[in-house]
Amino acid sequence: MFAHIVWLVLRKDFTVEVRSLEIAYTTLFFAISCVLVFAFALVQEGRAPVGGAAGILWIAVAFAGTLALGRTFERERQAETLRALLLAPAARPAVYLGKLLGIVALLTAAEIVLVPLVALLFQASLLAHPVWLALILLTGTVGFAAVGTLFAAMLIRARSRDVLLPVLLYPITVPVIIAGVRATGVLLEPELDVGLLQVWLALLVCFDVVFVTLALWTFEPLMTE
Amino acid sequence: MPSWFTPLAALCALMFATAPILIAQAPYESTMGLVQKIFYVHLPSAWMFLLAAITCGIASLRYLFRGDPRQDRLAWAAAELAVLFGVLTLVTGPLWARKAWGVWWQWDVRLTSSLMGWMVAVAYLLLRRYGGPGSDKLAAGLALFGIVNVPFVYISVNYWRTIHPTTNVVPTLPTSFGVPLWFSAVTFLLLFVLLLRMRVRLEEQRARVDALYLSMDS
Repeated sequence: MFAHIVWLVLRKDFTVEVRSLEIAYTTLFFAISCVLVFAFALVQEGRAPVGGAAGILWIAVAFAGTLALGRTFERERQAETLRALLLAPAARPAVYLGKLLGIVALLTAAEIVLVPLVALLFQASLLAHPVWLALILLTGTVGFAAVGTLFAAMLIRARSRDVLLPVLLYPITVPVIIAGVRATGVLLEPELDVGLLQVWLALLVCFDVVFVTLALWTFEPLMTE
Repeated sequence: MPSWFTPLAALCALMFATAPILIAQAPYESTMGLVQKIFYVHLPSAWMFLLAAITCGIASLRYLFRGDPRQDRLAWAAAELAVLFGVLTLVTGPLWARKAWGVWWQWDVRLTSSLMGWMVAVAYLLLRRYGGPGSDKLAAGLALFGIVNVPFVYISVNYWRTIHPTTNVVPTLPTSFGVPLWFSAVTFLLLFVLLLRMRVRLEEQRARVDALYLSMDS
């Protein structure tokens, strides 16, 4: 039953998105513009700053993620569909989980485009260890989106929500960004330090577990009017 | 105001007047000299910052699940004090660090986690101020996430170089340094309690005025 509701929410978001592809296209284009701005600013005489690629990849993910979170819930607000979703006889945590999976899928799609672009523009060997990179990106994205989905959902009723979302989100997701950037930085070293990589990945997984649990636990009281 | 408020305020004022004398008479630390005296302000304000953050977190948790408006007022007052004592900590720290470490700022565990904690407190106040109706619950959720976040910031930065003095400095202090430190800490604690009480009272009165307006309308 729980898994079924998660699936239904995810499928609803997917169906709505496929009809217009509005959020997917705008998020992707925004992320690409971000990377280009950094490339103009930081790549000088054909040389990229050492280790800059890891940071820029994560900044682009964080910025694009904020935009996608805001847009996803703005659509629910305009159509008054979130209220319908909350009125439905469905477990609130399942609704949250469905929304979270939708955001993670969207950001993963953006990352598939971003990684080769950053690797190309910053001459970084990001694709040298694809499995490790996929693991880092997935755990990092889940952590960022877990906090982001809850905050974006609860801000739906607040005034000046567009500004408040990044203001609330970035200080809380700093550990994810630090761990993501450091772990990606390890991949760019000439010698792969697997021990250090596992430390950062373990931290990311712990963060994911704690924040998803906390969000599932507080989604109910936070979304009750 | 409760009956203890005025005597305690007088005592706090007296202690604030005495503290500089005690601090001035404390011996100079052998390597750092005069600049070490910032420590008598920095450490107590850092402790009060931590105390305010913990108070805000616990009060928020209780408000979120029990819905008691008194806890909400306490959380708001504590968040404001966290910002206040956080500023004191974050200003006195770099002043000392410039002399002791040669740099104003270092991305060290304590510095980064304090800064992030302070930013969460500021975000809390921004949300309450500009979030509109219903932002009390949202702010409580933010405070909860902020409290849980601290260990993660701590661990994630701990893999970088740490140069901040560790917690075992305090128990090993000689008496000549310990007396002004603890005196200063008690003074700050009194200030914390007084400010918290005043701020909660302001919110209580606002709530009463709101309730009166509502009863007039009906």
